[in-house]
Amino acid sequence: MALISKGFVGRRRGDDGRTPPGQYLTKDFPVLAIGPAPVVATDTWSFSIATERGDTRSWTWDEFAALPHESPTVDIHCVTKWSKLDTTWKGVSLDVLLDGLDTDAGFVVVHGFDGYTTNLPLEDLRDGKAWLVTEFDGAPLAREHGGPARLLVPHLYFWKSAKWISRIELTVENEQGFWERGGYHDYGDPWREQRYQGD
Amino acid sequence: MRRETPTASTLVLDVDGWPGHLAGQHVDVKLTAEDGYSAQRSYSVASAPDGTSRIEITVQNVADGEVSPYLVDVVEAGDRIEIRGPVGRWFVWRPSQPSERPSPPILLVGGGSGIVPLRAMVRAQASATGGRVPFRVLYSVREPAEVYFADEWARPPAGVDITMIHTRRAPAGNARPLGRITIEDLDAHGWPAEFEPRCYICGPTSFVDTVADMLVERGHSAANIRTERFGPS
Repeated sequence: MALISKGFVGRRRGDDGRTPPGQYLTKDFPVLAIGPAPVVATDTWSFSIATERGDTRSWTWDEFAALPHESPTVDIHCVTKWSKLDTTWKGVSLDVLLDGLDTDAGFVVVHGFDGYTTNLPLEDLRDGKAWLVTEFDGAPLAREHGGPARLLVPHLYFWKSAKWISRIELTVENEQGFWERGGYHDYGDPWREQRYQGD
Repeated sequence: MRRETPTASTLVLDVDGWPGHLAGQHVDVKLTAEDGYSAQRSYSVASAPDGTSRIEITVQNVADGEVSPYLVDVVEAGDRIEIRGPVGRWFVWRPSQPSERPSPPILLVGGGSGIVPLRAMVRAQASATGGRVPFRVLYSVREPAEVYFADEWARPPAGVDITMIHTRRAPAGNARPLGRITIEDLDAHGWPAEFEPRCYICGPTSFVDTVADMLVERGHSAANIRTERFGPS
């Protein structure tokens, strides 16, 4: 039984079914990060995926740019309660990056150049659900938003979409990342309000 | 309830079963309308942990906000509010125990309402039983009327140096030119990088990014810089 806040009416969200519970819409693009934004130069940038057996594939910036790109338009939801509708990105589907990889892993740990980590099930990166993006709104991804490249997993809270992505490590066990060890939810489904461990 | 500025109030909450918190942590406040509609926002705890079930949060009334106007202008003493927490284990400061090796000095840089979790850290320092850790605080505000906890900054606890940065209007006799925080401010009132201070920066995004970049430029390790950015709410 929720506690009623006498006199509270609230701003009703448009009942378009696109805003998860507890979220409000913003037209800004708030920034969250644990420390200073690293400066990552594209001429030294590389991105790699390593399987649980240690097999590694990696891309330089130019190699990555040569992969087939997509331009997803998606809604994003931050655990700090803002949601942003119809954001447009450009990047490479994780289906392309993971294609043909020999693995029995069920999970991944995503690493950023700033030391940030986050974990999610491998299947949440497949089937058109995730991208590694280098553009937002028609321009190169700004440094404060994770440029030159970040992960985009729009169906989960946005802390899973690691900025300044450096590598993805496939793991058999579910190994918690930075916020998850700090009490945030292992999965983070905004529609089920999985904000903290135990939700 | 205590008015801090014309647009911000400190709410004193007695929380059933409060487990205690660390300076810098926040709580989620959830408001529910009579028809079940609810909205929640996070607010930093403004008070230091003191072993009691009483905490303070300081809320800035955001002009077109949904939750903050209620907390600043509608809620009354004695009302019940639903909260959850404490939350967050990164942007926190723990006083060291006497037996531990000395902590590095601390630099706190707050912009606007970003001073709130930093104030909790200053209060925690003031009540620490272990060796005192030297704190330097830079607090950027537009004008004197917007200063939170003004009485406390006028008489800071032992070991705490506070420097006010006024961006638009300053009190009479203020020597520093008006304007946003500069690297010279950090040079003059922060710690040299070789002291390896732990730095906490809290405020609006552009403020936090600017200060963090200046500290990195001055040679501070990114690993020693913790940030918390306040978005609209």
